[in-house]
Amino acid sequence: MRGQNALAAVLVAPLLLLLAAAFLVPLGTTLLTAVADRELADTLPRTHHALAAWDGEALPGEEAFAAVADELGVALEERRLGPLAQRMNFAAGGQRALLLRTARAADGLTAPYAVSLPALDPRWGERDTWLRLRDATGPVTPLYLLRALDLDQAPGGAVTRMGEEDRLFLTLFLRTLGVAVIVTLLATLLAAPVAFLLASLPPRWAGLGLLAVLVPFWSSILVRTTAWFVLLQREGPVNATLVALGLTEAPVQLIGTRIAVIVAMLHVLLPFAILPAYAAMKGIDRALIRAAASLGGSPVQVALRVYLPLAFPGIAAGGFIVFLLAVGFYITPALLGGPRDQLVASFIALFINREVNWGMAAALSVLLMGFAACAIAAARLLLPAALKGRLSP
Amino acid sequence: MSAAWAWRVAIGALALLVLAFLLAPMAAIIPLSVAPTEVMRFPPEGFSLRWYEEIFTSGRWLLAARNSLVVAVATTVVATTLGTLAALGLTLGRFRGKAVLIALFSLPIVTPSIVTAASVFLAFSLAGLSGTLAGLVLAHTVVAVPFVLIAVLAALKGFDMTLLRAAAASGAPPHVAFRRVVVPLIAPGILTGAVFAFATSFDEFIITLFIAGPAQYTLPRQIYASVREFLSPAICAASVMLFLCSTVLLALTSWARRRQ
Repeated sequence: MRGQNALAAVLVAPLLLLLAAAFLVPLGTTLLTAVADRELADTLPRTHHALAAWDGEALPGEEAFAAVADELGVALEERRLGPLAQRMNFAAGGQRALLLRTARAADGLTAPYAVSLPALDPRWGERDTWLRLRDATGPVTPLYLLRALDLDQAPGGAVTRMGEEDRLFLTLFLRTLGVAVIVTLLATLLAAPVAFLLASLPPRWAGLGLLAVLVPFWSSILVRTTAWFVLLQREGPVNATLVALGLTEAPVQLIGTRIAVIVAMLHVLLPFAILPAYAAMKGIDRALIRAAASLGGSPVQVALRVYLPLAFPGIAAGGFIVFLLAVGFYITPALLGGPRDQLVASFIALFINREVNWGMAAALSVLLMGFAACAIAAARLLLPAALKGRLSP
Repeated sequence: MSAAWAWRVAIGALALLVLAFLLAPMAAIIPLSVAPTEVMRFPPEGFSLRWYEEIFTSGRWLLAARNSLVVAVATTVVATTLGTLAALGLTLGRFRGKAVLIALFSLPIVTPSIVTAASVFLAFSLAGLSGTLAGLVLAHTVVAVPFVLIAVLAALKGFDMTLLRAAAASGAPPHVAFRRVVVPLIAPGILTGAVFAFATSFDEFIITLFIAGPAQYTLPRQIYASVREFLSPAICAASVMLFLCSTVLLALTSWARRRQ
């Protein structure tokens, strides 16, 4: 038995290593990146040291002023100032300009720096400027997570709400939740009849119907989204049909609307709802249905009190998978939605590809992960039976 | 009884509508891909294969197809090997925490794909794996391997362990028993897993978007770039080709299932 377990360990180990290297370590990296605050320590080590000792009451001592004046100039010369400038500017607008201006003028500054720095830019004479620098001494900061929740950090660390016009992410999370819930409800509602039909058809026809579900299920999400992009064009078939049916007089703009996003997401996700529901309904013992009917249950009673409860685990598992997938959707909103239809995923992509703000990308990822974890926990609590071994294709 | 009948008809009609909805996009895109004109009007007038000719002669599309194939094949080999070995280990082992391990291995399926992609991007950028073929294959393997594991575990459930003892009693060393007894019997499960792995990698988009360098543009990424650039029927032609690939893969899995 011992030898068998040793063999088992050897067999499982390679996959475990791979999972650790290419999945668990990256997830950990994201968690760390969401709170890491290394820029000041890396770029201006002496300033970092001086500020760590500062009590934050009056202005810091000459030592800190001298360190800033000296290190900023060197960092600019060695082209290392970018990350810190971005970090500070993210905390409060205008900081990049202040740092760059000071770095460029650093050579001409003379001691005592506690006098010459404020003379160069009065902001160096303000305690808030120094408090902001001290907030960046790390090694961790709540800044990115706070921002991802539309909260801000006042100099010194107090948490405040973002200004009305700068709030973005709570709406974004609510929108993501809303779209995911709508798609999940629609998918579940539409999947049940299909699953019922497939489960009650004779095998030959059921096979054909199942093919109609499996073919889209197997084709690429991108291909299907692209197909919808073509279909929903102004001159596309959907608009042609709408006009022919007299529902609209002229073609309507469909691309860039919430409707387009939801229709295409529904199309992509429906098979995930249909297949588990079908598996559950297929497994229902027909004798139970006949028994219920022969005991005097009306068809509606039999459907609602016998059939549906038996099929429920499959339907619920399907809905759960649809929700989990919908929450992380990127391609469909990116191609078919307007700026106001983008979900959390689009902003993660934006922060990675365009803004190069890894802290925000990581913070949004962490919150989305939390979101998914809550959904999984809720599902486990509400439908324990439904999830047993059903997270498989 | 007639009320129940009416209900059945209504449910059946709704179900047929949903099935039509599922098939409609592909049904519409096939005629558009053979349209002779650049303007995609429906229904198209005439017939031409010029868009297929365009994708089959364009360097960008061919390179993307080659990249997709290379990455998907490499992913399939790694994922199928590691997944099959791990499934064997999980079946053979008599230790606690097996369920935990299986849940751990399935984690990439329930993690939102954007989170996986962002995490892989951050970690691989720091490790210098971003923009490399090895990095891309590694990342694809992580999301593909749970499917292999699940398929092979299912196949092993029906495997009679006394066969292994019989093989040992007949003097077969473990690796021979594995090759000549285990593999042939669970081959359909392995094949199903392999096809799933291939399809997962072939369709994967978001991780590729984040970590692939320009030299690793895959087909989904090429389609995405083209749609954003300029929508031409060539994209429909490419979509139809990809769609045919998926259909072949689907046929493979149902063939494997019948053999199981």
